[in-house]
Amino acid sequence: MKVVIGQGSCGVATGAKKTAAEFERLIAEKNLDVAVDITGCVGTCYLEPIVDVYEDNGEMTRYVKVQPDKVEKIVEEHLVGGNAFAEQAISEEDKQFVEKQQRVVLRNCGVINPEDIEEYIAVDGYKAIEKVLKEMKPEEVIEEIKVSGLRGRGGAGFPTWFKWNACKASPGTEKYLVCNADEGDPGAFMDRSVLEGDPHSLIEGMIIGGYAMGATQGVIYCRAEYPLAIKRLEIAMAQAREKGFLGKDIFGSGFDFDIYIKAGAGAFVCGEETALIASLEGERGMPRLKPPFPAAKGFWQKPTDINNVETLANVPWIIYNGGAAFGAMGTEKSKGTKVFALAGKIKKGGLVEVPMGMTLREVLYGIGGGIKNDKEFKAVQMGGPSGGCIPASLIDTPVTYEDINKTGAIVGSGGMIVMDEDTCMVDMARYFLNFTRDESCGKCNYCRIGTKRMLEILERITEGKGKDGDIELLEELAMKIKDGSMCGLGQTAPNPVLTTIKYFRNEYEDHIYNKKCTAGSCKALVTYSINDDCKGCTLCSRHCPVDAISGSVKEKHVIDPEKCIKCGKCLDTCKFGAIDKK
Amino acid sequence: MSEKGCNCGCNCQENRAAQFADLAPVLEQYAKVPGSLITILQKTQDIYGYLSMDAINYISEMTGIKPAKIYGVATFYAQFRLKPVGKNLIMLCQGTACHVNGSEAIEEAISEHLAIKDGETTEDGIFTLNNVACLGCCSLAPVMMVKNADGDETYGNLTKDSVKKILDEIRERA
Repeated sequence: MKVVIGQGSCGVATGAKKTAAEFERLIAEKNLDVAVDITGCVGTCYLEPIVDVYEDNGEMTRYVKVQPDKVEKIVEEHLVGGNAFAEQAISEEDKQFVEKQQRVVLRNCGVINPEDIEEYIAVDGYKAIEKVLKEMKPEEVIEEIKVSGLRGRGGAGFPTWFKWNACKASPGTEKYLVCNADEGDPGAFMDRSVLEGDPHSLIEGMIIGGYAMGATQGVIYCRAEYPLAIKRLEIAMAQAREKGFLGKDIFGSGFDFDIYIKAGAGAFVCGEETALIASLEGERGMPRLKPPFPAAKGFWQKPTDINNVETLANVPWIIYNGGAAFGAMGTEKSKGTKVFALAGKIKKGGLVEVPMGMTLREVLYGIGGGIKNDKEFKAVQMGGPSGGCIPASLIDTPVTYEDINKTGAIVGSGGMIVMDEDTCMVDMARYFLNFTRDESCGKCNYCRIGTKRMLEILERITEGKGKDGDIELLEELAMKIKDGSMCGLGQTAPNPVLTTIKYFRNEYEDHIYNKKCTAGSCKALVTYSINDDCKGCTLCSRHCPVDAISGSVKEKHVIDPEKCIKCGKCLDTCKFGAIDKK
Repeated sequence: MSEKGCNCGCNCQENRAAQFADLAPVLEQYAKVPGSLITILQKTQDIYGYLSMDAINYISEMTGIKPAKIYGVATFYAQFRLKPVGKNLIMLCQGTACHVNGSEAIEEAISEHLAIKDGETTEDGIFTLNNVACLGCCSLAPVMMVKNADGDETYGNLTKDSVKKILDEIRERA
């Protein structure tokens, strides 16, 4: 018998380590013959900590939300008694979250122990690279990727085979394959999950890519905010080296390939290829003019190919199962599966991998379970700061590169942030502009100064100081920033503003002309008042920091709007729901 | 004296080497490897908690990279700090999912509770508050990571009350 505890970052954040320690303590105390193991993120983040109990015959029972105090019951009932402890086991409904998915990239996440190469090998790991090195020519590998239709999963959706081919075609013997693991979109975390849960599939994908394009050195540029990912990658690389999968003469083929990790230092612009290369070279991460493209002159002026984590993690599966099998999933132009990170106001947040072409409705309601607290769905933000908000009216849009682009958003790295009636769309636009303003490298004037000016306008609107003509001014600036910026950051920075104006112009107008925030989110435009549910308990008036609430005991209280600083303390303290926020 | 040091005849050079003794293995490994500046700065920050001007000047001397360039790199990336930090670094996530789920209110609660703003350190030196872009635990939003000598711990599903409780517990342990 074996107990496996999900220990990705989300699992650990909810206390998985304490849960694991409790299992170990009780198993030792009762002297049971049960191993305790770890695995990566299962993807059902909303159910963490997750514990899987495997019988010797391979049968598995999944327990969810296993806080340390729940461990004893499971140990007693299941490990000692031999009966599943139904109360803590995953519900049939929650099982659907995983069962409705089709997992390629996440095939091993939450299944194998990421710190043990033998477990990866046991699920046909490193078979693809063996096949490649023993049976395939580099051009055949590229052809297989072409057949699969794999497109870059990091944002732009550029055909992967084309990049590989360009790098292969560049003259020179010293070439680099760089993996972009600098997952910068605030709201996407599939790359972290792969790095933490299945690092070997990335490593294998990189070796295959290296062979196809003739690169012998791989570099993984990983975010410093992902310490666990870096640790697991280091363990995986050391194990792969020991097995001879990395290093000289892999599988006796004469092909050499090795990888090192470079920790990024926190700059969103480094998602741009040339900025990433500058950062790898120890410089400020500022984009360079293209051409020359990295495939011709990249890292240290040598031919360089840059692919995202999810893209590369697909590669071993494609080679092992054939490009046609991958291409059979998805739609004609957007083939295969894609991982989406569901977060925000969604019931079941987590990682979802589905064939492309599924509609937003199926993803958000069919798998994600709909909106938290059954509120009204307003919009979903896709593509992060480079993307846009897709309104509820377009919920039947199929998730493909083309269809999402048509809405003004982008598939991007696959973050889906769900918003409900309480989310203010003007505030969302302000949030993203604040982000891009901070992250602009400062090279192009329009991006550096334009985003700041746009942010100032948005701030003034959310503070209730918006003026007639502000919307038009935002639109004009947006177009100029798009035209006047060299790299993707500036070219896409205005998208969140443009899409919210396109679909939620009424909210902008409400803010500007009626000085109202219907979502009740913009502080300056909100008023607090006390309704008839007030019991006169005086709690709010005692907590009010500015003495704005008056009233006698057991009588309805009143808020003086002149004095109120809109801190929301009264709303937090009231036990009777008597405070209205409008 | 070396060509890069001064010629005053004092032993400031040796004093400096003693001051940055912990940095010696890092510089030995990376000083001559092209493109390693960011790695050197990360390791320096790991050792001293921040990048002092002295450290920047010393790295410049040892690598031959001009201080202005090192300063340029250090100020470009969000990770680097030019001021010392408290024993516990609170990295409060301001990613999109956290924003939608009220991370601004959490920031207010922390600021009020500890009397510090983003980037500041408490007077007793126990906490520093830093807003960060995204910690990648979006399903548990709002989230923060607290980094100290024992490692880092992530806390999810924060509320105004829970965050205060967590900080009080950390303060008690400190």
